[in-house]
Amino acid sequence: MSNISKAFENGKAFIPFITCGDPSLEVTEEIVYAMEEAGADLIELGIPFSDPTAEGPVIQEANIRALSGGVTTEKVFDLVRKLRKKVTIPMVFMTYANVVFSYGSEKFISICKEIGIDGLILPDIPFEEKEEFEGICKKYGLDLISLIAPTSHERISMIAKEANGFVYCVSSLGVTGTRTEITTDIGAMIKLVKDVKDIPCAVGFGISTPEQAKHMAEKADGVIVGSAIIKICAKYGRDCIPYVKEYVKSMKDAIR
Amino acid sequence: MSKGRFGIHGGQYIPETLMNAMLELEEAYKKYKDDPEFNRELTEMYNEYAGRPSRLYYAERMTKDLGGAKIYLKREDLNHTGSHKINNVIGQMLLAKRMGKTRVIAETGAGQHGVATATVAAMMGMECEIYMGKEDTIRQALNVYRMRLLGAKVHPVESGTATLKDAVSETFREWTNRIDDTHYVIGSVMGPYPFPEMVRDFQSVISKEIKAQMMEKEGRLPDVVMACVGGGSNAMGAFYNFIQDESVRLIGCEAAGRGIDTFETAATMNTGRLGIFHGMKSYFCQDEFGQIAPVYSISAGLDYPGIGPEHAYLHDIGRAEYVAITDDEAVDAFEYLSKIEGIIPAIESAHAVAYAMKLAPTMDKNKIIVINISGRGDKDVAAIARYRGEDLHE
Repeated sequence: MSNISKAFENGKAFIPFITCGDPSLEVTEEIVYAMEEAGADLIELGIPFSDPTAEGPVIQEANIRALSGGVTTEKVFDLVRKLRKKVTIPMVFMTYANVVFSYGSEKFISICKEIGIDGLILPDIPFEEKEEFEGICKKYGLDLISLIAPTSHERISMIAKEANGFVYCVSSLGVTGTRTEITTDIGAMIKLVKDVKDIPCAVGFGISTPEQAKHMAEKADGVIVGSAIIKICAKYGRDCIPYVKEYVKSMKDAIR
Repeated sequence: MSKGRFGIHGGQYIPETLMNAMLELEEAYKKYKDDPEFNRELTEMYNEYAGRPSRLYYAERMTKDLGGAKIYLKREDLNHTGSHKINNVIGQMLLAKRMGKTRVIAETGAGQHGVATATVAAMMGMECEIYMGKEDTIRQALNVYRMRLLGAKVHPVESGTATLKDAVSETFREWTNRIDDTHYVIGSVMGPYPFPEMVRDFQSVISKEIKAQMMEKEGRLPDVVMACVGGGSNAMGAFYNFIQDESVRLIGCEAAGRGIDTFETAATMNTGRLGIFHGMKSYFCQDEFGQIAPVYSISAGLDYPGIGPEHAYLHDIGRAEYVAITDDEAVDAFEYLSKIEGIIPAIESAHAVAYAMKLAPTMDKNKIIVINISGRGDKDVAAIARYRGEDLHE
């Protein structure tokens, strides 16, 4: 059992995403403490990438803000070293394949292990390409998180069988970003996973309100929220911490 | 190693949302690539609609002026819509139609691929939307109007550097949004498998023709085949049928922009390193942390930070050479070919002409160079005038 399973021991899991360094690494550090206090069960730390092809405009802009502020992979590692002195919940990196590959996959993943990162989410690595990183992740005890999408259909069993940590269920077509309505039959997707493996399933893409979170949590083991939090960071800048904290609390309360 | 590899390059590095679309495309392509009816229709459209075969023209004045190897120009600029792009578009659109798709989307840099896609979409009665960097919609305003005239909707892309790479990213994003009825007509030998292989196959008509035409005119193979390289589709098309003929030197000419020792360059082979981006493993211009570099070239069509995976492989095994040509050299060649042969090449193709101008004089007179003139230069005239300090606007 990996550390990630702890995130799903406290009822339904609330999994917030933030882009490291938006608006600054100092603020990111404070946001993570605040989110843990507010009840977050697992935190997705985004390492910014210049060309995030799976992201909608909100997270794209957060990536640009972070990179123009001088954030680098090394600086994100330093941030996690600081965070791990206090934060006890699992943390995973969300970034793009090139950030890991270009750093040197083994070097990157071994540092993740050393600083206390529990898993990797790479949206541009489908099942067919996972061997690029999976062997190394296993060697260092990290979970490479598998994603399933509304278009996955018969691929779900194949993916779920080899999934580790949790399965990231992409709720909708398209890129990340808040949506007023989610029409995919999430329950059916999750059933296909559970039919082949007893592994937690968390739903992401498009969720922003406590009502949506509650609705998704009825079907899933956890709810992932990114763009809605990034919007708060963008709106309040360095003063965003209490607002993010309040939001995370409202979301966790909604799915408890 | 996963499918669609050229050595270590290639692969399918894309979001799960697109995987089934990619498998469906692969299946359709395998089914039709050797299908006689599909190929009959493809050849008919190449000939009747695109105006193929394109000419292999002996550039006599240029040859005499440079005083070395004999120079032939493969006239892809004479195709309908003015570039090689239509070869690939016709192939992909025939395939899309057989797959039951009713809408196509595409990225474009200079506008050549966008215009070709909008053109064939109009002819086939398909809905068409083109994504183009905001910067490029300004550089190539005439092509934007041309696409709209052909019934396509043009979306200016403002993210990132607002050039070709951002247009590609945005088209991928749009594709994840609407897959069922939509095919993404990728414009070059790049992206996830099966695109690099499929686009190469559709473009390989160029080298197939060069070979036959050369045998007819000279009774032998050329000594050098050269072409400009951005993503690399015209080069791959011009190289492909010569890869097995080891006596033929294959030379790709990349855009050095203001020079490969500056940050304002798009020369991937000369300044990039191995990476994973836009669905493929290949060489990319990037910083030490893998952030994709904001590349630059005077040529919007070569202004891309990556290169197709098969080129990366040909480079690795030493089968093809990749040289860098600066803006200044390309503009000189643009003017040179216009004056000496009465042929205005696309600024992209002028990069290959520029290298021929360096290479031909060093070769014997009994040697033969073929330059692939991938497109015509009408679209570039205003920009070149401005480069030369004239206040000319479209």
